[in-house]
Amino acid sequence: MSQPVETFTPQQFHRQSREALANPQIRANFRKAMDGLMDKRRDAFAEWQLEELRQLGANIRLRALAHLPDLLEQLEARCEANGIRVHWAEDGEQACRIVTDICQRHGARSVIKGKSMVSEEMHLNAHLEKAGIEALESDLGEYLVQLNEQTPSHIIMPAIHLNTDEISDIMHDNTGTERTRDVDAMTAAARAQLRERFMAADVGVSGVNFAVAETGTLCLVENEGNGRMTTTVPPVHIAVTGIEKVVEHLADVPPLYALLTRSATGQHVTTYFNMISSPRREGEHDGPREVHLVLVDNGRSNIYQDDELLDTLRCIRCGACMNHCPVYTRVGGHSYGTTYPGPIGSILMPHLMGLDATRDLPTASSLCGACGEVCPVKIPIPDLLVRLRREAVGEGRGNVPGAGSKRTSKEVAAWKSWQWLATHPSAWRGATGIIGKLRGLAPAHIGPWTEYRTAPKPAAVPLHRLIKQYRKEGRS
Amino acid sequence: MTPVKLYPPRPERVYLFGTCLIDMFFPEAGLDAVRLLEREGIEVVYPDNQTCCGQPAYTSGYHDEAREVARAQLGLFPEPWPIIVPSGSCGGMMRKHYPALFAGTPEEQQARDVASRIFELTEFLVHVCQLKLEDKGGEEKVAMHTSCSARREMGLADTGPALLAQLGQVELVEQVRSAECCGFGGTFAVRHPQVSAAMVEDKSQAIEQAGAEHFVTSDCGCLMNIGGHLAHRGSDVAGEHIASYLWRRTS
Repeated sequence: MSQPVETFTPQQFHRQSREALANPQIRANFRKAMDGLMDKRRDAFAEWQLEELRQLGANIRLRALAHLPDLLEQLEARCEANGIRVHWAEDGEQACRIVTDICQRHGARSVIKGKSMVSEEMHLNAHLEKAGIEALESDLGEYLVQLNEQTPSHIIMPAIHLNTDEISDIMHDNTGTERTRDVDAMTAAARAQLRERFMAADVGVSGVNFAVAETGTLCLVENEGNGRMTTTVPPVHIAVTGIEKVVEHLADVPPLYALLTRSATGQHVTTYFNMISSPRREGEHDGPREVHLVLVDNGRSNIYQDDELLDTLRCIRCGACMNHCPVYTRVGGHSYGTTYPGPIGSILMPHLMGLDATRDLPTASSLCGACGEVCPVKIPIPDLLVRLRREAVGEGRGNVPGAGSKRTSKEVAAWKSWQWLATHPSAWRGATGIIGKLRGLAPAHIGPWTEYRTAPKPAAVPLHRLIKQYRKEGRS
Repeated sequence: MTPVKLYPPRPERVYLFGTCLIDMFFPEAGLDAVRLLEREGIEVVYPDNQTCCGQPAYTSGYHDEAREVARAQLGLFPEPWPIIVPSGSCGGMMRKHYPALFAGTPEEQQARDVASRIFELTEFLVHVCQLKLEDKGGEEKVAMHTSCSARREMGLADTGPALLAQLGQVELVEQVRSAECCGFGGTFAVRHPQVSAAMVEDKSQAIEQAGAEHFVTSDCGCLMNIGGHLAHRGSDVAGEHIASYLWRRTS
């Protein structure tokens, strides 16, 4: 039923997307879920001045990115002053070592995790496992995909590819839960299973939605309370986040939060909004004894060097681009074979994995623009997809890793020929005229196009000549 | 999202940029655009040396090649007349991407000037010509597919339906997910044929299920894709460029 973890790779996008397209269950699960999410988002913004709010969100993120190095230093200083230990990781490997070292220093055997895409990006669970430390996901969706030895198929709803029956099977097969179609019963069962684990965990690991530089506050948005449990019950809390998640002011958070929850799930508010500003203080009765913040670069400062690609870092990880993407909706999240799937993944993952590994992702879009239209911080996703296509087929001078890896002499020659023809109008007219005359010989089958469509037939008389005839005939 | 465009008064003359797809595959649609404009008393100038706007290369990442082809078009419109493009996709390329493509080159100003004079056909008919149509055809249920470029890049979701709404005997039927892409996307349909096919299959189904007897679109890429798929599955629903449909029903 399920694919084991790490089966999917971006190199296999074509095969994986074909298989997903041929799977009616996957098609139905995603279509239904994405239709619902699109409706909820639309309704949630119905009474808002959405364009103004999006512009505000974009401006906040642009301002934060404009001062990113300074804000990161400020964040570090404020966090340290609050008693939060700050660590810097250049890549995922180093970030994993930092987390593992902290765990080992405390003799930790078990880690409970709140939802964190950055921890997925750095493959933290596998790293901890190698060190003999068990990592358990506590977000319900993450818990299910972990039980099923899968990876998340969506950044907000990790188990969105599964339907009720499949979830029932997974819970039954892995935890002995009685099979049921009652969602509340399954949720209650998972809750009971997780509750014990929260109590027993030595360390809690979470992500961060917004890191506020001026106050040294880590904001965490969630619905299940598992984020609060993860960050308050175990004696040690480690927050991991990408360096781009910093915002300048506390006042920057409410607009971004308003955009995030409505764009992601169509909620006006989430059930929980956590603001973590220090470990347990003298006289307090709960909270972790230690709080750590791991700031992960992992290719982000390279993106930061480029004025156009920089826009990629505005992302607040709402997933709206996925929910509205006609490609994602049909092939699902796993087909992309990357931590972040869908449009945002296609503009982010090439920087993390290189354009050679992810070469088919920037082209996996019809450039319909739905992603850019709904992005709460107005990332010009279609333009960035085109930019990465350009890097992929260019001469490799760009600073995107793997630039030029898709360039082939055959394709370059084809475009050069097209260029020659389209810059020599008389030759162009001659060619279209000849094509028209030979239309009887036009192939009925042209590659995959005609597997699904009839072949387009060239017109007997192209517009160039048709207009001349029309003029001659005196505009009849 | 789309900046407010101030429309000029109705001009005496316009240029027509016919687009390469219309030139080669749907020339009647180009001629019908000319007829519609001429009926409004506007002289249409068709520069004979036009070829392609450059978009296929541009979206494929071959920007040097796209720029050379685009440069060959820039000089074709010397008079300050509007340039009418019967395609949201080519129109979007010329209006939105030409300025960026020529940024920092000697042609930057010229590219901006051309971009500012680009009008998609239905946009021009509605906002500049304030076209009034008298329907001479019989009763018909029609579905409209507005291309993604017209809808999102040019902000023209309403102009096509507004013209069809003037046809008294035509009922414009609403499809599910009418704003969703048909799956053409230029080279996307070639590079990811199965994904593209899944998209066009859903689009065709939506058009059929809406009860449409006919479908129209303002872009020949979508027309080739959806029409080709409908024909392939033996559907009774045929497609047509909106210029041809409007002309056919009102002449």
